[in-house]
Amino acid sequence: MEEPVKNPTAIDQDNAVIDKQIKRRNFIAFTSFIVLQGAAFGSWRWLNNQPVEITTATAGAKKPLRRALNKTELFFRKMFSNNHLVKIYPKETAAKNVRVNGDIGMTGPFNIQDWKLDIVKASGDVLNLTLKDLLVLPKTAIIYDFKCVEGWDQIQHWAGVKFSDLIAHYKLDKQAAMEYVGFATPDKAYYVGVDMPSALHPQTILAYEMNDKPLPLDNGAPLRLIIPVKYGIKNLKRISSITFSNTRPPDYWAEQGYDYYSGL
Amino acid sequence: MKKIIEKHSLAMRWFHWINFPVLFIMIWTGMLIYWANDIYKVTIGKHELFHFFPDGFYSYFNISHRLSEGMALHFLFMWFFTVNGFLYVLYTLISGEWRDLVPQRNSFKEAWLVLLHDLHIRKTAPLQGKYNAAQRIAYTSIIVMGFGSLFTGLAIYKPVQFNWICYLCGGYHFARILHFTLTIGYCLFFLIHIVQVILAGWRNFRSVITGFDVEEVPVITPHIATEDGRAR
Repeated sequence: MEEPVKNPTAIDQDNAVIDKQIKRRNFIAFTSFIVLQGAAFGSWRWLNNQPVEITTATAGAKKPLRRALNKTELFFRKMFSNNHLVKIYPKETAAKNVRVNGDIGMTGPFNIQDWKLDIVKASGDVLNLTLKDLLVLPKTAIIYDFKCVEGWDQIQHWAGVKFSDLIAHYKLDKQAAMEYVGFATPDKAYYVGVDMPSALHPQTILAYEMNDKPLPLDNGAPLRLIIPVKYGIKNLKRISSITFSNTRPPDYWAEQGYDYYSGL
Repeated sequence: MKKIIEKHSLAMRWFHWINFPVLFIMIWTGMLIYWANDIYKVTIGKHELFHFFPDGFYSYFNISHRLSEGMALHFLFMWFFTVNGFLYVLYTLISGEWRDLVPQRNSFKEAWLVLLHDLHIRKTAPLQGKYNAAQRIAYTSIIVMGFGSLFTGLAIYKPVQFNWICYLCGGYHFARILHFTLTIGYCLFFLIHIVQVILAGWRNFRSVITGFDVEEVPVITPHIATEDGRAR
């Protein structure tokens, strides 16, 4: 035992010094702890009390959250390329009962015989296409895992004309040089905006077939968007018009607080 | 005589207490998202044991119809969760504290003895360093789980851009199941953690805030003993 030999008063003095030290460190640590956790809780409260963003192409989200969504998109956009392809599945794995999740923009009266696709090249310069015009273009099929923002997914089989093929065929290079494409239903009740790189992605198609048969009405007949690099909310059914712009076109779900880009 | 024993470094305490609210928010916002497609349940054969989650649960916590809000929050706080987790791992590697935390060869056998001891079935606990065998396993598992959440999360968040991660997670559908299961794992960890903290007592809890513990060290005094027989 090599412990120092001390008399009781010296020990009491030592203990007093240590007690003081303990008190001081306890005070500092607990004060910082309470202040920091308080600040964290305060920040959370602050975030939840922030005003909703001013309506632009997006709406309904709290201001800082919209900012965060947009910034995060800019970060992940760096990874986006035409070489990043969605996984393709064998035909027999495709669902026979394709899930129908919404009918926004499809509830009004609609005569499929009168349907035409309006491609607005510039204001007053509209390209009018019928389904026949699209059927003569090369057909692209895709069997992939369709993903809904709600969290479900389903392997589905679609076929139609590649958006980039349509652009090339009708020489819409000037339009494709713009930043965004807008799609809308005939009644304009459902509309989406898509960034041009995603629209021109090699797996983005304007589909007119599902499971090797003409598109059923509920699934968006006669023409719908199938854009595997986006959530289902961007896959507009019953397309009636396509527009191009350098500002973000209005987007139905982005106005309900969802990410404008909703990329996968 | 009292002596201050340094127990938890400042960095460790920061990582712990930043992670606490951040993980809490990640779980909470994850629930706001999960509600939109709440299909998971525990079944035995055809019999449903538990459905995640009962309607009363959603209404009590006001979880319904908040998907867009949940996504926006989840995709903001994921950054804090990831950065804090990476810095923590980096810190333990650089400081050498990983040696106290990573399970050793005999940890898996010893963890059993620790469990028996904690359940008051066995009288003695195996000798331990800063953390016992069960703690080593738990504190390392939780980091592996954190990495798993990040990995499966990326597989769900960007399944096209990170299609290789999605592939390694067994596909989009399975990645979501894994992501959910890991979250249930955190909740179980949290429950056990809280029980253990309560059982370990105030001084142990305090040390995670202050960083130190106080020990009574014996000192030899010229007086042999006081009247009640105890050394001063």
